[in-house]
Amino acid sequence: MSTMMKIKDLHAQIGDKQILKGIDLELLKGKVHAIMGPNGAGKSTLSKAIVGHPDVEVTKGTIVYKDKDITDWEPEERALEGIFMAFQHPVEIPGVNNAYFLRTALNAKRKHLGLPPLNAAEFLRLLKEKIKELGMREEMIHRSLNEGFSGGEKKLNEILQMEILEPDFVILDEIDSGLDIDALKKVSEAINKMRTPDRTFMIITHYRKILDYIEPDFVHVLKNGKVLKTGGIEIVDALEKEGYKIFEEV
Amino acid sequence: MGMEKVDKIINSDYELGFEVDIEEEKAPPGLSEDTIRFISAKKNEPQWMLDLRLKAYHAWLKMEEPRWAKVTYPPIDYQSISYWAAPKKALESLEEVDPEILRAYEKLGIPLEEQKALAGVAVDAVFDSVSVKTTFVEELNKLGIIFCSISEAIRDYPDLVKKYMFSVVPMTDNFFAALNSAVFSDGTFVYIPKGVKCPMELSTYFRINAQNTGQFERTLIIADEGSYVSYNEGCSAPSRDENQLHAAVVELIAHKDAHINYSTIQNWYPGDAEGRGGIYNFVTKRGLCEGENSKITWTQVETGSVITWKYPSCILKGDNSVGEFYSVAITRLAQQADTGTKMIHIGKNTKSVIISKGISAQKGQNSYRGLVKMHESATGAKNYSECDSLLIGDRCGAHTFPYLESKCESAQIEHEATTSKISEEQLFYLRQRGIKEEDAVSMIVHGFCKDVLSKLPMEFAVEAKALLDLTLEGSVG
Repeated sequence: MSTMMKIKDLHAQIGDKQILKGIDLELLKGKVHAIMGPNGAGKSTLSKAIVGHPDVEVTKGTIVYKDKDITDWEPEERALEGIFMAFQHPVEIPGVNNAYFLRTALNAKRKHLGLPPLNAAEFLRLLKEKIKELGMREEMIHRSLNEGFSGGEKKLNEILQMEILEPDFVILDEIDSGLDIDALKKVSEAINKMRTPDRTFMIITHYRKILDYIEPDFVHVLKNGKVLKTGGIEIVDALEKEGYKIFEEV
Repeated sequence: MGMEKVDKIINSDYELGFEVDIEEEKAPPGLSEDTIRFISAKKNEPQWMLDLRLKAYHAWLKMEEPRWAKVTYPPIDYQSISYWAAPKKALESLEEVDPEILRAYEKLGIPLEEQKALAGVAVDAVFDSVSVKTTFVEELNKLGIIFCSISEAIRDYPDLVKKYMFSVVPMTDNFFAALNSAVFSDGTFVYIPKGVKCPMELSTYFRINAQNTGQFERTLIIADEGSYVSYNEGCSAPSRDENQLHAAVVELIAHKDAHINYSTIQNWYPGDAEGRGGIYNFVTKRGLCEGENSKITWTQVETGSVITWKYPSCILKGDNSVGEFYSVAITRLAQQADTGTKMIHIGKNTKSVIISKGISAQKGQNSYRGLVKMHESATGAKNYSECDSLLIGDRCGAHTFPYLESKCESAQIEHEATTSKISEEQLFYLRQRGIKEEDAVSMIVHGFCKDVLSKLPMEFAVEAKALLDLTLEGSVG
């Protein structure tokens, strides 16, 4: 099994606050990794560090992705190399047409890959096919990006972007939060369809439910800025029963 | 030219003014009755125009410079300004042009021959705009449309000029309008006859090679009953001018069922980071919806000048007439803009829409100032105003000063205002999708301005978008 991303002794802070205190994590190609942990454990900071969010300052350690050290890369460079994050709270951008935004993003990626850009008609054909599969309303693609979308629609729109951009490394940051059971099923189905031997998923969640729909290959428990425990789905069962404290004295 | 010679000229009978050496570029600084006689003589004007100029001058002497706008600048010494400049001599080649300006032309995608014309370089015969203009004017003439410089109109169409000039912006309307009335250099005149839809966008572009209109531009557009015209003023190319003070006047008259679209792109030199050298832009623009069902639309994209004082307005006199104002104003560096509109509702069921988008970056200060006034007679009148401000960085500012006056119970006024910041989160979201930072900023700004840009004629909108990008380049971070 080959490595997609290797995180070594990662220390990071937001402002003056040290949040990651030596994360070691190996994420494998074609696998689904679930990241769990109590509030404040550093789950969000870890994902922000991976995508290069400007709030997060890496003070020590490295992130190696596809054998390249990306620790200091610009966010857009990481994105073009195939790192994608489905945001927990997708931001609204008024006046920016959803379809136009997506075509710009896709063509930026195609340019990076040395492919010709898709014209408006080609793109629209692709987009319509995808939104049909996702069961989204077509008018959503003509609205302003995330503006006036319901919580569920915003999450679906993230999934739509993932399907269009076809990333290699996907972070799903609490994709399950705020979704009712039907929406959760829909989102999970879409994600399962995207599972391939070449694509890695990192699912950040508080709840077991989504892991019933998207079975993880590995579960990592984060606490206090470190990886406390790595294992399989059985860890989730233990957590359900005992809470995070069972791993504390290990 | 020595002061002595000038004294001699301006103290002698003004017709002698014609003896001034044609190579002379400027009138000596200072403003007096003699300066005005000099200008009028230079322009070969009839006596009645000179009399009006002098009347405006005497009114101006008694007026005070307005100080209520939210802009600060050192006192202007009106006696140190030169009020008349001859057309500039053409440069030999583009190599003589400021490289900074050439870079901007390139970014804006302006074709080479056009660049030359804009920069004041002598142009090749291929792009002889005289021939372009001739074909163009012939086509308009067939329809009875008059499109010429205001100086020509004063000579050739005195009845129209006498009837309409000062009818919307009286010569004593305000300090700067009075100054313009006394010393205006040149400008555009348009008359669209009854029932004629002007088949093309009228643009100052076609007058690129015409003489430099100077710092006191004056425009008069008359749309007779049932006619339509779309007029585009300015262009996205950066303009530099050694004359710091600009005070233009624009008057529009729309008769019954007529519609005037007036679009502006303004990119005067904004000065350096401290505002040094920037243009002072004190403009009076006003349209009169004279007849019923008439309509006037102002659309503007303003990125230049260090001080802007500008309120394109509509007087909605005719019943069911419509006034619209769509504006994007960007202030960055040390620019200050106090801009907005006045919608004066007089006729029944008159409607007005105001969409104002202010963008501030660096140390830019952007103020929206708008008046909506409903007269007692304006039964059933409606206004909708929306003023949005976008801040980039934290040293800039946005301010909104809406004034609402209603003497009519059945009139409706609706006002919305928002202020937002380009957030780190919005930028990051786009960058996470592989979009470069500058493209992300451009996307957010275009989105913010969408409702205004969509009102511009298509080619003008393309220019405006490119200009927004160029203007905001390097303003973030």
